[in-house]
Formats: sequence, structure tokens, C-alpha cells
Amino acid sequence: MAILDFERPIVELEEKLGGLRRYAEQEGVDLSDKIARLERELERLREEVFSKLTPWQRVQLARHPDRPYALDYINRMTIDFLELHGDRYFGDDPAVVGGLAKLGERSVVVIGQQKGRGTKENIRRRFGMPNPEGYRKAMRLMKLGAKFGLPVISLVDTPGAYPGIEAEERGQAEAIARNLYGMAMLPTPIVVVIIGEGGSGGALGMGVGDRVLMMENAWYSVIAPESCSSILWRSHEKKEEAAEALKLTAQDLLKLGIVDRVVPEPLGGAHRDPEGAARTLKEVLVEELDALVDVPPEELVRRRREKFYRMGVWEE
Amino acid sequence: MKWFERMKKGIRTLTKRELPEDLWVKCEGCGEILYRRELETSLWVCPKCGYHFRIGHKEYINILLDAGSFEEMYAELTSADPLKFKDSKRYTDRVREARRRTGTNSALRTGAGSIEGHPVAFGVMDFGFIGGSMGSAVGEKFVRLVDRAVSDGRPLVVVASSGGARMQEGALSLMQMAKTSAKLTELSEARLPYICVLTHPTTGGVTASFAMLGDVLIAEPGALIGFAGPRVIKQALGLEELPEGFQRAESLLEHGFLDMVVDRRELKKVLAKLLEHFT
Repeated sequence: MAILDFERPIVELEEKLGGLRRYAEQEGVDLSDKIARLERELERLREEVFSKLTPWQRVQLARHPDRPYALDYINRMTIDFLELHGDRYFGDDPAVVGGLAKLGERSVVVIGQQKGRGTKENIRRRFGMPNPEGYRKAMRLMKLGAKFGLPVISLVDTPGAYPGIEAEERGQAEAIARNLYGMAMLPTPIVVVIIGEGGSGGALGMGVGDRVLMMENAWYSVIAPESCSSILWRSHEKKEEAAEALKLTAQDLLKLGIVDRVVPEPLGGAHRDPEGAARTLKEVLVEELDALVDVPPEELVRRRREKFYRMGVWEE
Repeated sequence: MKWFERMKKGIRTLTKRELPEDLWVKCEGCGEILYRRELETSLWVCPKCGYHFRIGHKEYINILLDAGSFEEMYAELTSADPLKFKDSKRYTDRVREARRRTGTNSALRTGAGSIEGHPVAFGVMDFGFIGGSMGSAVGEKFVRLVDRAVSDGRPLVVVASSGGARMQEGALSLMQMAKTSAKLTELSEARLPYICVLTHPTTGGVTASFAMLGDVLIAEPGALIGFAGPRVIKQALGLEELPEGFQRAESLLEHGFLDMVVDRRELKKVLAKLLEHFT
């Protein structure tokens, strides 16, 4: 398991506690006082570290290599998932997955940006950076949902759209724009969840919904903090400051009215307990869909558009 | 050439402008030295090689709209600083500087006008205003312009030019992509045409939203149009050079992402003909 700098003291204490427990068991000695003390200390340390995460630390958690990805959530939250492939124009993009699944009692269309676990899979899935085919596949599946009255769940997790030569030649910008337009008028409920990274237009291309939820340690912004640092500060060293300035955390975006609801993660982040994270998200999604499925499609679309029209802060 | 350099120094003004104030201008395309007055007459297109100089909002209003027809709307609308953003400079200072330099309050000017007698709702972006970047002010003005087009039953014509979404407003800028694109569904429902003219350069969040959603997409020759900028692509792929003509208007036309590439000197005529067909 990969360990982030600020996780290290916690992990070390956990290891110490584990060792002590094993020792007590093997030797049959009573160390319960000592163990209880360490447990309290561990609890306190976890609270201390995770109650005041900096925005940059959250970015690191959002990118944690053990963090649950779209398929990890789909497999844990749904049953009978059938993956559907291809955009029907050019190809099938492994950076975007999607298909039909049952969430609770309800059939849904679920789409997601999919990172790879390990180098080989990551190369195949382009680290979750979609090509135009990915956005077009997502749109095709969303339209399928609308046609058969199935709600759409979109799991966003990408550093950004893939900046490749072929991606540009096949209309990366057009594919994203077309999705923004299409999602704004899709006559079925759409619930978006930013599960990890919400990198710019590449994320938003699957991010227009009636409800936009965000996992507690996800980030979502117009640009990644490193790129922002190199453009505005002309230095790669200011990523922490950029992360701060961009207001990219779930709590910040809730305040700005961009995100409707923050989904709590298990203490220590979703990677410490993927089962728990998926269980919480499933409950939340069922509740969100319950509230949306009976709204007439025209009303749903009207409200969805109004919600995005309200976004922004200006002076006049 | 000594006399020429002296002359340049003699007339240099202090304010930084998009277009050179000098009497003589060197073409960035072919290197030809051109007389400024002549260049103005040819709408800032090099008469020798056809190179399109970058021009600003005032020039496009003069070139495309019938004389005196532009009636500006929402001109007072400008950027706030919702994130209290400060990098090497304060965002409020950047905005103030841009307002002073361009003589306008945001990167998008909006209003009503006519093109060879055809009434239109008209928007023009200015790359000189923080790289023509789209923040909340641009998004809101675009939305109001579409509302106006719908309520007046006018076609929408927008001249785009932008480096993308504005970083200093964070995710609020990003959301303007969704806001503007969503609004265009209402223009479609009203069956009003939307023509977008993409000029050099149009990249990032503007291309990936309203600029690519026109019923008809026109670009000026040689305009750079794309999602990721060339520098980002080179860096990501570890390339020294990108293919010849990559992300240029002509290449997009070839790949099927534009309807036409039109010389600036023909642009008004082409727009008028299109509007004629639609109305």
C-alpha cells in the first residue's frame, strides 16, 4: 500500500499497535492498558491529521493509487453490471466505462472515468484521461438511458481530457461541448459524483447533472494545481498555494454552489475502507434518485438548466 | 533602413495596444514591411501573403456590423473576485489592467446589430482581455445575449477568441462552459441560427463549449483552434515539434470540425448570405 507523507505517523502507530496485539496474544500477557492507550492515541492522531487536511493533501488523497476507482464503486454498489462498449463512430475508449446495472431496486445507466490499477492498466486506460470516443460513448449511453427511462449515474475521476494529437484531430473540444449541451437537455435524471479527480473540462464533459455530489476528499477545478502554479506563478513549486487559491475542495465548492452535497469518506480516506466508502455512496445515490425519478422530464431539464445558469459571481 | 527605425521610435506611444500604432508594420507571416493605412484598408490581412493579424473587439464590430448599427448591452458587467485570488499579481489588478488596455469591461462584448441589414444578436471576444479567458462575467453576458436573441427572435453571431477558462475564478469559470452550452439549447428550441466565427486563437474551455456548438462554424485562415494548447501537448507527449498545420483552421476543416475557412475580407459577405438562407 502506498503511503502519503502525512499518513506516515498514523500508519507507523497502527503497525506498532498491531505488533503489540500480536505479542499479547502469542505470549498470553495482559497488555490491555497499553493497547487501550495506544488506541486512544491513534484515534487522536487520526482526528488531528484528517480534521485539518490542507487542500493539497486532499489532492494527494484524491490521487492515492489505492483509492477506489469507478469500477470499484460500480462493482460494490450495483449488481448485474453489464458493460457496454464503443461510441459507434470510431472506437471504444478504455478511459471511460459504462453500462447497465441495478442500484438497489432500480436499473440505471452508469458511466465513469476509469483509471488503471498499476502501470500496465494505467497505460491502457490513459490514466483516466478520455479521448473524444470516451465522451461520445458516455453520451450514447446517456441517450440510451433517456430512451428507456433509466436514470444516469456519472462517476467523474480524471486528471483531464487526454492532450493527444489524435484526440485533437478527432475533436476533443467538440466531444466535450456536445456532452455539455446534451447533458443539459437529457430527459432523464442525472446524478454526478466527483469520486476522485475533477480535472477541468475533461471532468465537466461528464459532469452536468441534476445533482452534483462530491466525495469528501475529491478535488474539482478549472485546472490542476501544478499546471496553475507553472502558468500563474511561473514555477512548479507553488502547487500547495495554487491548491489553496483555486478553492478546489468539496467544502469550498459546496459554499460556491457548484456542488450540491458532500459525501463523507471513511476516516483516513476512501482508500482505507473502500467497502465503507461504496456503502455510503450507494445509500446516498439511492436517496438522490428517489427524489428525482418522479419529477417530469421537462421539469427536470428546466431545473437542471436553471441551476447552471445561476452559477457565477460578477459585478455590474 | 536607418530612417525607418528612427521613424518607428518617433511615433511609438506609451500605451500597450494589441495592434501596432506604428506607421509601418512588419508582416508576421511573410516579413513584408507594410504601410499601416494599407493594412487597415485590407482589414488587417497582409495583402501580400494573406496573413491574418490578430485584431480586437472594436475592429470586428467595424468589420462585421453595419456602420452605426451596434447597440451594446450589458457593457457594465464585469468580473468580481469571488476567490480573492492572488498569484504573482492580484486578480483584481489583472482585471483593472485589462479594462484599461482594452477599453472594455470584460473579455466578451455583447449587443444587437445588423449585418447587411440582417438583425443579429452579436458577441465578440477580445484576446487582449486576460487572454480572452472565460470567467463568470463572460458566461453571464453570453447567457443574457442568448436570452436577448430568443426574446427578439434574432440569429446569434459570435466571434470567439480565447485561451480558455479563466484560472482565477477556479471552478466557477469551469461552470461557465456548462452554463453557456446549456443556454444554447434554448436558442435551438427557438429555432434561431447560431453562427460562430473562430479566430486566432480559440482553445480550451471556450472551444469545448459555445465555440464548437454553432449551427455553422467558420474560422479565419490559419487560426489555432483546439482543446489542449500546443505547449501542453508537447509537454505531455514529450515532443519537440507538432505536425505541420496541426490545430490550424485548415486542418480542422479537413477533419470535419468546421464548415468553412473564410478570409476576413469576405467574412461579412458570407455571414450575410448565411443569414439570408436562414431567415
